[in-house]
Amino acid sequence: MIDWLFADQNLPVVFAVLMAIAILMYAILDGYDLGVGILLPMDTAQQRDTAIASIGPFWDANETWLVLAIGLLLVAFPAAHSEILRALYLPATLMLIGLILRGVAFDFRAKVAVTEKHRWDRAFKVGSIITSMSQGFMLGMYVMGLDYNWLSVGFALLGGVGVTTAYALIGASWLIMKTNGDLQLRAIAWAKKTGVISFIGILLVCFINPLINPFVYERWLTPPLGYFVSAIPLLCFSMFALGYQVLKRLPLADHQGDWLPFAMTTIVFICCFAGLALSFYPYVVPQQLTIFDTASAPESLRIMLVGSLFVLPMIIGYTVFAYFAFRGKAQALNYY
Amino acid sequence: MLDVLMLSRIQFAANISFHILFPTITIALGWLLFYFKVRFDLSGHPVWMRAYRFWVKVFALTFALGVVSGITMSFQFGTNWPGFMETIGNIAGPLLAYEILTAFFLEATLLGVMLFGFNRVPAWAHTLSTFLVAFGTTMSAFWILVLNSWMQTPAGFEMRDGVAHATDWLAIIFNPSFPYRFSHTLLSSALTVCFVVAGISAYRLWRGDKKRAPRVTLKTAIFSAALLAPLQAFVGDLHGLNTLEHQPQKVAAMEGVWETQKGADLLLFAIPDEETRENKFAIGIPNLASLILTHEWDGEIKGLNDFEGVHPPVKPVFYGFRLMVGIGLLMIMIAWWCSWSMRGGRSLSKLQLKVLMGMTFSGWIATLAGWYVTEIGRQPYLVSGVLKTADAVTTIASENVLLTLVVYLIVYAVLLVAYVRTLFLMARRAVELEDIQPHERVNQKYFKPVPNQQEAHA
Repeated sequence: MIDWLFADQNLPVVFAVLMAIAILMYAILDGYDLGVGILLPMDTAQQRDTAIASIGPFWDANETWLVLAIGLLLVAFPAAHSEILRALYLPATLMLIGLILRGVAFDFRAKVAVTEKHRWDRAFKVGSIITSMSQGFMLGMYVMGLDYNWLSVGFALLGGVGVTTAYALIGASWLIMKTNGDLQLRAIAWAKKTGVISFIGILLVCFINPLINPFVYERWLTPPLGYFVSAIPLLCFSMFALGYQVLKRLPLADHQGDWLPFAMTTIVFICCFAGLALSFYPYVVPQQLTIFDTASAPESLRIMLVGSLFVLPMIIGYTVFAYFAFRGKAQALNYY
Repeated sequence: MLDVLMLSRIQFAANISFHILFPTITIALGWLLFYFKVRFDLSGHPVWMRAYRFWVKVFALTFALGVVSGITMSFQFGTNWPGFMETIGNIAGPLLAYEILTAFFLEATLLGVMLFGFNRVPAWAHTLSTFLVAFGTTMSAFWILVLNSWMQTPAGFEMRDGVAHATDWLAIIFNPSFPYRFSHTLLSSALTVCFVVAGISAYRLWRGDKKRAPRVTLKTAIFSAALLAPLQAFVGDLHGLNTLEHQPQKVAAMEGVWETQKGADLLLFAIPDEETRENKFAIGIPNLASLILTHEWDGEIKGLNDFEGVHPPVKPVFYGFRLMVGIGLLMIMIAWWCSWSMRGGRSLSKLQLKVLMGMTFSGWIATLAGWYVTEIGRQPYLVSGVLKTADAVTTIASENVLLTLVVYLIVYAVLLVAYVRTLFLMARRAVELEDIQPHERVNQKYFKPVPNQQEAHA
């Protein structure tokens, strides 16, 4: 096993898998806190406080997965990092501005005068929307082969709306799990709406992606991998069907099952990501560069892999500890 | 219009200058908070908790600014400097990866526990989290300074087909300038925090805060500064000697030495002119530069003319160095002056409080000045002797770089103002706050009860 991992020809695959895990972790974890930001109710200050308290202890670590994902792309596939991000220079900058805005707004809001708090809350919401819109736009451009034309930009803009909706869905699911009362009821309503839109969006991508990318069409409809790949949308759509039934019945009297929507949305995220990743593998820049073309030297990848194998279990360990420490419904955040 | 090289350099400089401000505070502030927490755990005295609570909020705000401004950096490498990773990716990659894996996750994950977990985890777990966050910030400084030092004084590698390959990781990590740069940077972080803590605490006292916490933090900061500022001068001198050995052209620019000479003057002031390659209006102390740098009265210092074409621009390095050293000396004097006044539990005068308030962000200026000296001092190389800055730059249209640069600058200016204002606002609020709020009671399950008679002046 260890020999296989460290073999020269397998290292790019190993790092592609690590990077995929990092991106997926980012989409789920920062997804829910971006989603909470997107949904932030501007009409009641108390619900805003609760919503933000539910993500307070976690958001810093969630964003670190983006640094890891981009970092792995940079260090394991440097040519791809430069190729992809140069093509996405402006949307990436816009995303960074969004991330900066929401990250600092989160901390400023708790420390400024009450009159300014509302302004930082708005910055938090707007920053979250800018971030998710530009991420969706970049994802759309990536799927369209990083080529700017009317069709691809239009598709990418739809991608922005799609990703924003998906983050709102997982954010609403998070709020269902972490809050009570009126805010939870609102979150259930949000989850229903965003769930329907996400469902339609994913359905569209399932048709459009194979139509515009012939290699995707081939992969999805060629046995035996095709059977396996087609199981993914099946699982994904059954989650939507099941999830809608669950949402109709929530909240239960003793708050059992509040975690279900979040778990199901997570499965949807995993399915969507797996579907996209399997469509493009082994290309890291669609149709141009594979992971094998762009990988760093084996000796460098090897030394990073050693570190990853030691450190990743520790990261998982203290992440579990942090989530365990803040388990249950969100409480007001006090610095003590 | 400026070309893409210059714009990318300005953009990178803007991003990293803005970013460096915040880790400079969090690295040492993390350890200071750990100290407060341990003092609280040992004594149960609420004044340490008050100190911890106030400064942990500053830590949270600063950390958030550090995280978000740091994410920008991980994009810039590939977008604006593709030649960097193409040439030395095999070295830089693992170092950056180790920084993310061993430092970023540790600090970011346990930060939540450190900030909000006081009543949710046992006391020892909270103290341990505080320790690990401080440790994480220092680890991140370790790895990024390994990379930066390697760019200054590369070692442990070989070039194959124009690409650097690692041959000896220990030599890469402990490259010649690393131990000096690492100590110098950690001390600069410590001094920056000493003066931020002293300045804000002085502001609270100046506004009439009668509580004990600001006096305790002021004392901690001033006495630490009195010890660390001279130590920094000593370490800085060692760092300079190391630079003289490995990057003599940088030292020549720092000292404004054009012709190789024995017994060089230490210039207090001059206007270096790169056209005529001489200094104007020079005021110097005879032979002192040679004495400091070679520890000999008539020691030889190589001049810039020996490195024509491959030495850095002189003015920024020359002035940056003087600014850094000037602030360092000022820090020593003020720390000693205030320490003397505070001996045996005495208080500072109004004048001293005002001086400390004025010095609040002096560490930032010194850090940035020192950073410019070492980074501009490496030019025209990005990696000394291996890769020139001009050869690593992107092909992105310069309009796009200019556009994003302007956006970044606006955002940074707004945030910097908001940050400084918020710090002083928090201090004003702390002045008005009652000593101990009823709802702030520590969790009786985990913490020993606080003795009543001590509460009044916590």
